[in-house]
Amino acid sequence: MTDILLNALFAGLLLAVLCGPLGALVTWQRMAYYGDTLAHSALLGLALGLALQVNLQYSVLITCLLIASILFALQWWRDIALDSLLGILSHSSLALGLVCLSFLDGQQLDLNAFLFGDLLAIVRDDLISLSIICALVIALLIRYWPALVAITAHAELAEIEGLPVKRLRLLLMLMVAATVAVAMKIVGVLLITAMLIIPASAAGRFARSPEQAAALAMLCGAIAVISGLAGAWYWDTPAGPSIVLGAGGLFVLGQLAPSYRRRRN
Amino acid sequence: MNNSPLLALNQISLKHHQQSLLDDVSLSLSARQIMTIIGPNGAGKSTLVKIALGLVKPDSGTVFRQANLRIGYMPQRLSLNPLMPLSVERFLAMANTRNIDTALERTGISHLRKRPLHDISGGETQRVLLSRALLSEPDLLVLDEPAQGVDINGQTELYELINQLRDSLGCAVLMVSHDLHWVMAQTDTVICLNQHICCHGHPEHVSNDPAYLSLFGRRHAEAVALYQHDHDHQHDIHGDVVCEHHHHD
Repeated sequence: MTDILLNALFAGLLLAVLCGPLGALVTWQRMAYYGDTLAHSALLGLALGLALQVNLQYSVLITCLLIASILFALQWWRDIALDSLLGILSHSSLALGLVCLSFLDGQQLDLNAFLFGDLLAIVRDDLISLSIICALVIALLIRYWPALVAITAHAELAEIEGLPVKRLRLLLMLMVAATVAVAMKIVGVLLITAMLIIPASAAGRFARSPEQAAALAMLCGAIAVISGLAGAWYWDTPAGPSIVLGAGGLFVLGQLAPSYRRRRN
Repeated sequence: MNNSPLLALNQISLKHHQQSLLDDVSLSLSARQIMTIIGPNGAGKSTLVKIALGLVKPDSGTVFRQANLRIGYMPQRLSLNPLMPLSVERFLAMANTRNIDTALERTGISHLRKRPLHDISGGETQRVLLSRALLSEPDLLVLDEPAQGVDINGQTELYELINQLRDSLGCAVLMVSHDLHWVMAQTDTVICLNQHICCHGHPEHVSNDPAYLSLFGRRHAEAVALYQHDHDHQHDIHGDVVCEHHHHD
């Protein structure tokens, strides 16, 4: 039994580490809707994986990366309003995923596990692939962090100062896609964006630099994971939603606390 | 002084949704020259600046920038997400860390160095943006409505500062501005833009141009002309007319 709990804890903490800095960047760039679109397309990836009978984790990952690339390409297509496009793609892919799954006659499929996560069902194999993706994304984040922060603060200035803004944006989108793909098993399709946005938003008020914000967001995510798992363990609540609820609680607490910035005035 | 232009735009045109944003716009800027673009809202001023900077590709026409030209750009405004914590120093360090001290001294905001960007006033924010533009020790300073969101006193100070900087740095200035007093008093060349170039040349020349009058209205033009009259007594810079050819279609 403790094995299950330890696996879940490890997976949750890995996700918190990943979502801290990435979530901060996503929040600052107002890309929440984009995270939703990717999350919903993860379900489509799941349906594809089941239909083609390939490894589900990889089919979800590849679908997410593909959708991210398509969205990136569409961004530079002039005559389009990106937010409405995202809205259309987001819900169409969710609907398409659900319809496809219904055709697949899911005898071994528990849809709830994918919509809301099934953290306590995480096994050693999941942990290995999660660790690999986590290590890769963290390495990329460390390497490109200053540049990613610079394009977030002001993209045009960064471009004039010589940063490859488009490539950095693509990198960020692909990293979010990879995170969404691994997070599906943990918090589920419908709650992935929450793990990106809520810890980062809760932490933002207390940080004095982007790095502090990322670190605090990690910490906030970790506390949410631990409290959510505790809830799941002691009161038998669903783990994914409990974690998101934990993060939401931290956010509310943070709003009540006096902010570092306001106190200065 | 080098005679080849720092920056030259040649017959630039740009359309968006079949609507023309810029039509056959040409301009050329040489070292130490101050050029101001004026025009009504939606005239394509910012777009033209972005094309000059290489941020936007025109549909047709060519952009020439002198090899190794160092450009400092001050965007219209800083729209930073309120959740993103950044100090003035950190914001400047994104460009480079070598010249931060000098740049802050030049713009007179050394005391703001450690302050969060969310904590400072509109005028101070504009100076932070200007400082960042100075970090590259530019040959060409590109300013898009530098005094936006700044109160009247602050505006005068800011324009004076820009003028000083031009003298001490010896850079050329390309700027979008609504402040016609500044335009008339301090600018070498005015470009009056309304998708196409309505008229251009020395400010005094432009303010009498029928195209300018129809664009800005006679009453406004008279106010400016009155100001100019005042000004003639103090300076002698209007003597040499650099009036270039002009056209309006």
